[in-house]
Amino acid sequence: MIDYKGIGLKVGLEIHQQLATKNKLFCHCEEFQSDEFDFLFIRRLRPTQSELGQVDPAAMFEFKKGKMIKYHANRRSSCLVEADEEPPHDLNMEAVESALIVALALKSKIVDELHTMRKIVIDGSNTTGFQRTIIVALGGSLKTKNRDVAVQTISLEEDAARLLGDHEGYREYCLDRLCVPLVEIALAPVEGSPEEIQEIALSLGRLLRATRRVARGLGTIRQDINVSIKGGKIVEVKGIQKLDLISKIVEFEASRQLGLMKIKSELEKRGVRPEDIGSPLEVTKIFKDTECELIRKAIEKDGIVLALKLKGFSGLLGYEPYPDIRLGKEMAELVRFYGLGGIFHSDELPGYGIKMSEIESLKKMLETSDEDAFIILAGPKDSIFDSMMAIIERAKDALQGVPYETRGPTPDGKTKFIRPRPGPARMYPETDIPPIPITKELLLKLEKEVPKPWEEQIEDYVSKYGLSQKLAQKVFDSEFSELFEVIASKTKVQPSFIAATLTETLVSLSRAGFDINCLDEKDLIELFLSLDEGKISKEALPQVLEVFLKGEVKSVEDAIKKLGIVTISDDELSQIVEEIVQENKELIKEKGERSFSILMGKIMNIVRGRVDGAKVGIVLKKRIENVIKEQA
Amino acid sequence: MSELTGYKGSSLELLKKSNASIGDLIEIVTPKMKYEGILMPRYEYADDLHIVIKLSNGYNIGIDVRNIQSVKRVSGGVKPHFAPPPMPSVNPNLPKVSIISTGGTIASRVDYRTGAVHPALSASDLYLVVPELSQYALIDAEVLFSIYSENMKAEYWREIALKVKEKVKNGYQGIVITHGTDTMGYTSAALSFALSNVPIPVALVGSQRSSDRPSSDAALNLIGAVLVASRASFSGVYVVMHSGMSDDTLAVHLGTKVRKNHTSRRDAFESVNATPVAYLRGTEIENITPNLPPRRDDKDFDVKPNFDTRVALVKFYPNFDPDVIGYFIEKGYRGIVLEGTGLGHVSKYCYEKLKEAKDRGLIVAMTSQCIWGRVRMTVYDTGRDLLNMGVIPLEDMLPETALVKMMWALGNSDSIEEAKSLMRRNIAGEINYRSDLEKRPIR
Repeated sequence: MIDYKGIGLKVGLEIHQQLATKNKLFCHCEEFQSDEFDFLFIRRLRPTQSELGQVDPAAMFEFKKGKMIKYHANRRSSCLVEADEEPPHDLNMEAVESALIVALALKSKIVDELHTMRKIVIDGSNTTGFQRTIIVALGGSLKTKNRDVAVQTISLEEDAARLLGDHEGYREYCLDRLCVPLVEIALAPVEGSPEEIQEIALSLGRLLRATRRVARGLGTIRQDINVSIKGGKIVEVKGIQKLDLISKIVEFEASRQLGLMKIKSELEKRGVRPEDIGSPLEVTKIFKDTECELIRKAIEKDGIVLALKLKGFSGLLGYEPYPDIRLGKEMAELVRFYGLGGIFHSDELPGYGIKMSEIESLKKMLETSDEDAFIILAGPKDSIFDSMMAIIERAKDALQGVPYETRGPTPDGKTKFIRPRPGPARMYPETDIPPIPITKELLLKLEKEVPKPWEEQIEDYVSKYGLSQKLAQKVFDSEFSELFEVIASKTKVQPSFIAATLTETLVSLSRAGFDINCLDEKDLIELFLSLDEGKISKEALPQVLEVFLKGEVKSVEDAIKKLGIVTISDDELSQIVEEIVQENKELIKEKGERSFSILMGKIMNIVRGRVDGAKVGIVLKKRIENVIKEQA
Repeated sequence: MSELTGYKGSSLELLKKSNASIGDLIEIVTPKMKYEGILMPRYEYADDLHIVIKLSNGYNIGIDVRNIQSVKRVSGGVKPHFAPPPMPSVNPNLPKVSIISTGGTIASRVDYRTGAVHPALSASDLYLVVPELSQYALIDAEVLFSIYSENMKAEYWREIALKVKEKVKNGYQGIVITHGTDTMGYTSAALSFALSNVPIPVALVGSQRSSDRPSSDAALNLIGAVLVASRASFSGVYVVMHSGMSDDTLAVHLGTKVRKNHTSRRDAFESVNATPVAYLRGTEIENITPNLPPRRDDKDFDVKPNFDTRVALVKFYPNFDPDVIGYFIEKGYRGIVLEGTGLGHVSKYCYEKLKEAKDRGLIVAMTSQCIWGRVRMTVYDTGRDLLNMGVIPLEDMLPETALVKMMWALGNSDSIEEAKSLMRRNIAGEINYRSDLEKRPIR
């Protein structure tokens, strides 16, 4: 167990939440996700040069690789603005209002005049090569269970294009998400355990949902976290979509960074200095008859093999201070960014088809002793040097401990290298959008729209609808909280049943592999209306949902027909109960009221799905009581 | 940059008192907060009630002067020192290309500190911003004008034409002219006539998305123009721009047949009533139009750079007031290009003024506002009436090209009759006697 306080773990959260607005931020398109594309175009982005003459090295590398970007678009969700073929339209004031309401709820200080900025982003996720972003408020604080967390900035910005795939030579995006308004809230870094950090993210998410102006569902909220420990640099983990991954990721990052610090102190102990890391040598000839498939293939493709001596690193490339944390692995992730498949290092050799004799000649050539390690890279002549330079830098960084970089989450709660962290943000004004003053009148109007705190909204679910605390939270956190209220007001169905269906039932259907995103609000309302009107029973409802989700039918009504659900009238039910009671008079005589459960089972076998079980119980209980009286 | 660009009224007063100028680090105190940031220039038509600063995180915000308690200058601005990346080496045996800039920024650098965009105009700037150029040509860059496209004038066409003559004399193998896109079609037509005998390719080029953004079309267009200028087998005046939304193909349009047909798209420029003469994919030039005048080695050629600006382009529409024609007659104009309806018509109520124009010695010629297609004035009564009045049908010529051509014809003729005869003759590909089966022929 890591002592988080002791290692000085600090985490800053940055939450990006899509807003539910009618239109996108700078055009009149609607937000509409679809994988049907009717338009394709190809672009190349060029790193722009700043007055300082500097170009982002990672951006320059991508450009040098000549990576093309393919953009796929759907006519409904994208227009010429997304294609960067038309200047942006006026800023969407509905989105501005939503962002301001969030700012007011966080007691943040709203700026007097909004200025749209262009933040250079060159990976292709923005067709323009920049993201439009606006600071709407500064400061403020978020109340959470245990403490108040300071807010740094609140901004309104356009979402990026959705990455479809990254391939050799080109990258593919689709434009549906591009330009969807996002509110970005940056919290000040705080100390705390991974669980406490997750709790903060949860509170902020709930505050946002309480405004009822934000989009819901997977991908509509994304967290970036900045993690650091004492003595190390800040590592940014970008794009965490699932809240419950946050604590795992923080935990992993803390152990990873701690592991790197351990490697650093070992290197320090051994007296390794940055200048000990020299230049690579070309060693292709050693491997001309190699049995290592990877190296052989690279040479066959006219590639070369490079080796780098790492003085004093022996054992430290494969050393695993914590599970899955190895310097060798970090280096392998790094070269993948620069287009190679991986590295070989001395701590794992011989192996992979590399023989002892090859290692011996390599060691001789590199003049390594037993204290030293070495790294082998094989790849194309024109790009292998980028990888080697990155390895040399990474080895020097190992002497410092934790390098400054951008990582991404893995589905199992770990992190992997994405790219070197870009230099300071390159921002300049978006001159196509004039500044927008925020009037006192607008703020007065919006102050009235600041929502009740989420704690009260959840409490309302408990008191007004009789939900348990847990179910109330579940519904509130789900994408269906507003729908829940609509259905609860439109039908007489028990609210807890509605809530449980919209959360637990749908989640289990989703886990069973059904795509619950194809469910329309209209369909769900109709489903509960059918229940309310007695067309189906509670027991049959999940079955109806399942048939509907299988896509075999087009409407709830058809699903009911397909299942052959014919509900039983009160008269029919009485008749069935009567028949069973008559057949089992002996049993009733013998067991009295305890005969109930056996008889209930028999009746339910006949009527299951066609009538509410609770109702059967009431009718049966009455009838048994009467029979007992008669028999007496 | 002047000291307090864009500020006026109360904000200007407040800033003056603090002695701050643009780029300085200032501190502003309001009852709500204390801000520190770099003083930014003000958007020119914005109100006088806000001061704009750039915060340390790079964002700009505006602070209402009515809330400000104090403004203090903390320190002077730090001028960014431009540390250029290493200059790419250029092979001295590459073809010599002259880049003449007239306005519109084809290449630029951004000052992220103040948001200012500085044009890259010298040859070395261009090599730095678009390093690929060094593989294709030995570049020489010259700034002739720095004007917005809409401020282009016939007298500048003359200067550009004379500059081209000088460059040809100096042995350049090709010429690139950077131009704002709004009136690039007019200039390309003007140069097509003035330089109708030019021995090398002259490529006009612009950009539809500003060059400070990573997605700009400027660099690819510029590379394309340099490739055409240095390598094309043909001579003449052309416009080189994107042929579609993608950054993969450029179209080379004949200078007299090209028109800006969209306000903002990269492929706004289209050949009208003609195919592009060539396409450019990567560094490959694919010639489409046969029999273009070939590139020649001569260093001297005749330039006819005069334009008589007393020519008007008049669009007819329902309820058009013929006094508009009368106005030009009174003002002493020498020619009118009509943009008529359909096959080339204006209403009968214009006849009287058109007759008057003819009697006063003006040339009147007809183009169509349909843009696509040819005028044919023998089909309807009105057309025949107009022909009888001496209105010259201009076939499939673009109205804008016709305007420029008439200015040129009058500027380079000794008589009206000579000018009329020039109008009827195909000088620089402005008339195509065959109409392609496709409405927008691609090849």
